[in-house]
Amino acid sequence: MTPLLDVRDLEVGFNGRAVVHRISFAIAEGEKLALVGESGSGKTVSALSLLRLVQNARVGGSARLQGRDLLALSERELRGVRGDHVAVIFQEPMTALNPLYTVGEQIAEVLQLKRGLASEAARAAVLELLVATGIPEPERRAGAYPHQLSGGQRQRVMIAMALASRPRLLIADEPTTALDVSLRGQMLDLLSDLQRQHGMAVLLITHDLNLVRRFADRVAVMEHGHLVEQGAVTEVFARPQHAYTRRLLASRPVRDVIEAPAEPDVPPIVQADHLGVGYPVPLPGLRGWFRRGRFEAVRDANFALAPGRTLGVIGESGSGKSTLALAALGLLPHTGRLQVDDTTWGSARSQAQTRALRRQVQVVFQDPFSSLSPRMTVEQIVGEGLQVHAPELDAANRRERVCAALRDVGLLAAHEDGSGWLQRYPHECSGGQRQRLAIARALIVEPRVLVLDEPTSALDVTVQQQVLRLLQGLQRQRGLSYLLITHDVDVIRAMAHDVLVMREGVVIERGPALDVLAAPTHPYTRELVAAAT
Amino acid sequence: MAATASLSPSRRAWQRFRRNRLGYWSLLIFCTLVVLSLFAELLSNDRPLVVRYEGKTYFPMVQDLPETVFGGDFDTATDYLDPFIREQITRGDNWAVYALNPYGPKTLNYFARSPNPSAPTADNWLGTDDRGRDLLAQLIYGFRVSVLFALALTAIGTVLGIVTGAIQGYFGGRTDLFFQRFIEIWGSMPELYLLIIFAAVLSPSVGLLLVLLSLFGWMGLSDYVRAEFLRNRQLDYVRAARAMGLSHAQIIWRHVLPNSLTPVVTFLPFRMSAAILALTSLDFLGLGVPPGTPSLGELLSQGKNNIDAWWISLSTFAVLVFTLLLLTFMGDALRDALDPRKQDT
Repeated sequence: MTPLLDVRDLEVGFNGRAVVHRISFAIAEGEKLALVGESGSGKTVSALSLLRLVQNARVGGSARLQGRDLLALSERELRGVRGDHVAVIFQEPMTALNPLYTVGEQIAEVLQLKRGLASEAARAAVLELLVATGIPEPERRAGAYPHQLSGGQRQRVMIAMALASRPRLLIADEPTTALDVSLRGQMLDLLSDLQRQHGMAVLLITHDLNLVRRFADRVAVMEHGHLVEQGAVTEVFARPQHAYTRRLLASRPVRDVIEAPAEPDVPPIVQADHLGVGYPVPLPGLRGWFRRGRFEAVRDANFALAPGRTLGVIGESGSGKSTLALAALGLLPHTGRLQVDDTTWGSARSQAQTRALRRQVQVVFQDPFSSLSPRMTVEQIVGEGLQVHAPELDAANRRERVCAALRDVGLLAAHEDGSGWLQRYPHECSGGQRQRLAIARALIVEPRVLVLDEPTSALDVTVQQQVLRLLQGLQRQRGLSYLLITHDVDVIRAMAHDVLVMREGVVIERGPALDVLAAPTHPYTRELVAAAT
Repeated sequence: MAATASLSPSRRAWQRFRRNRLGYWSLLIFCTLVVLSLFAELLSNDRPLVVRYEGKTYFPMVQDLPETVFGGDFDTATDYLDPFIREQITRGDNWAVYALNPYGPKTLNYFARSPNPSAPTADNWLGTDDRGRDLLAQLIYGFRVSVLFALALTAIGTVLGIVTGAIQGYFGGRTDLFFQRFIEIWGSMPELYLLIIFAAVLSPSVGLLLVLLSLFGWMGLSDYVRAEFLRNRQLDYVRAARAMGLSHAQIIWRHVLPNSLTPVVTFLPFRMSAAILALTSLDFLGLGVPPGTPSLGELLSQGKNNIDAWWISLSTFAVLVFTLLLLTFMGDALRDALDPRKQDT
């Protein structure tokens, strides 16, 4: 039987530089193929260039969809294929939907264009599609604008739109990455159901191996533009042939922390009692003219972080976990008591005292691209803390300390001097290197507590593992305490001694991390843990 | 990666700017013209640069010499365009080095051969205006006044705009609210009327004009800087700097400001050309610089009044268009160079 899509020797290049090197794969009717790789491996470019959706790309090879070579079609003919035989779901549904039209209108547009339905029939079909995607109150949602829907609902709308033309092949580009963990499973189940009902093939592009395992029939692994391995999912996962696949499969974070129970007499280094953080928000209507409402992002949180240990805070976006992190850094006004090493935030009487307190608590943020100032060199970025906290150092000493910090985070080998690094700018570093720089910047002032706000979620899986290893090692050597904010159960499992589960600003479950993950009591925690396996 | 590959973002922007040939050459030509106009006295002056007269050396450019020095009858300032004086100082061993164009901006040529305004002649290369002043000299000095005025206005407006924008954007909240309302009130004042009133009440001068235009010139830029600050202050590197314990001034100066200057730099050439145009139009209306100051706007107005003296309007217009074009090309190139979406290719 001829496959639905048969890609042979696909090459994609930009400005004469090839980023995808002669890859070949095939998808049968009704098959679910996952294209896996890290960022920059060329997986998205490969898939989207099939429909010539990549700008300025030079595409070579052939891609036969039901016998027709997509790459040889004229732009006009290709337009008939796009959205008709092949539909695409993008990663970020907010930007993929037009904000000026209701979602109903946008789905109806596809129906009218591709299936030639009259507006009355289209409206009925829109409802049918929305019902199929499981959106609650589909009639009301059809009249909603994209910004009025939640992330999960928007992605369901995108799916409905993709299905509107009854495609034979659905390309799903990281369809769940922008969604909360608990939604990812639901979205995959939905895709599976719809795939079965419509008998269409799905090309899933993802970096998430959990998704692949749950969803796909076959998997193709890409590395640096080469397709290094493909085969049935069970086969590849059980017996990976290529070294890169093996590395990818082994990149689940590994737990390597000091497991001895905390000594009961040692006072905690961070302690929060009845911590509350709120933001003023505008009130609707006339009332908003005179006063502002208050949104409680964190309510009545209590926790203690012992020296040398890690407290994990897990929850999905909007649960207040990042607010908690900023409060712990003393960057947000809060109610209740938040004490760092005998001093409460806000009680410091002099600037010098505040500065001394700031030195104790440092931070590493999620996004390694926005957390380093783009116009400063590595030396300036890492050395800045010294200028504040150790102004007595001269330039040479400061440089020495910067190099030491770079060695600590593994950017410099023990014998190297910093000449290759100090004058670099952040844009010249990879995501993992930037995250190491952020850690070096925090470490250089010798803090006792590091607030890690999703330190690895913007990184590729293999890099994520390296950074977690680094953090584990630093904790062992220096007895650092971590307040680890994450949405990733795997990271908690690898790093945390204790865990708080947060939802809508409230801590709903707490306890030793491994116990909580092994036997969650709250239904929401159960859902989180289940979604991650 | 070699150490030579490490280029700061501003250096990379400069390289992108240099790759835009039109913009780069515009910058070079403009700078050359400005530097030349700074030495306008050497190029266009009614006094000779050096005179050797009867064994003595004089520098009339910096000396005021009575005619009697050169054998004249009166104890008044020497008119070096007087054929008699010319004869005196070039006779025998005497010699004089005249400027390239032997007229200053205010020089009236009493010895002109054709009536005013005179069409271009061998004496007055671009002709004279209706008072008999040399047009080329007027244009050179007028260009200098315009550019220096525009530079000053741009500098003041930029500094004011950055400071107010930074304060609003960084501190936000009530400070922002207050400043925004103030800008709305201030911006709704009738600028032109105020200028007319002040021009009537006070004696017009370049300084007064600079102050008045500066009072209103900072608001547009301030909004852009404010928006940049609002965006940048919530980025993680600013949070990290706060967590590090840096003071507000340090954060603004080291972190937020360098990353917020893109709109400022991009707008510089356009602000310059706007300033030149503003001065020109005020002069054209007679509300600008005091009478007697060489000015492009005043020349345009003369061109309008003497429509048959085509050389006045044509040459002034050409200078104005050329200047503004150079600035616009530079602005375009800058905008492209600083566009974050442009990649180095």
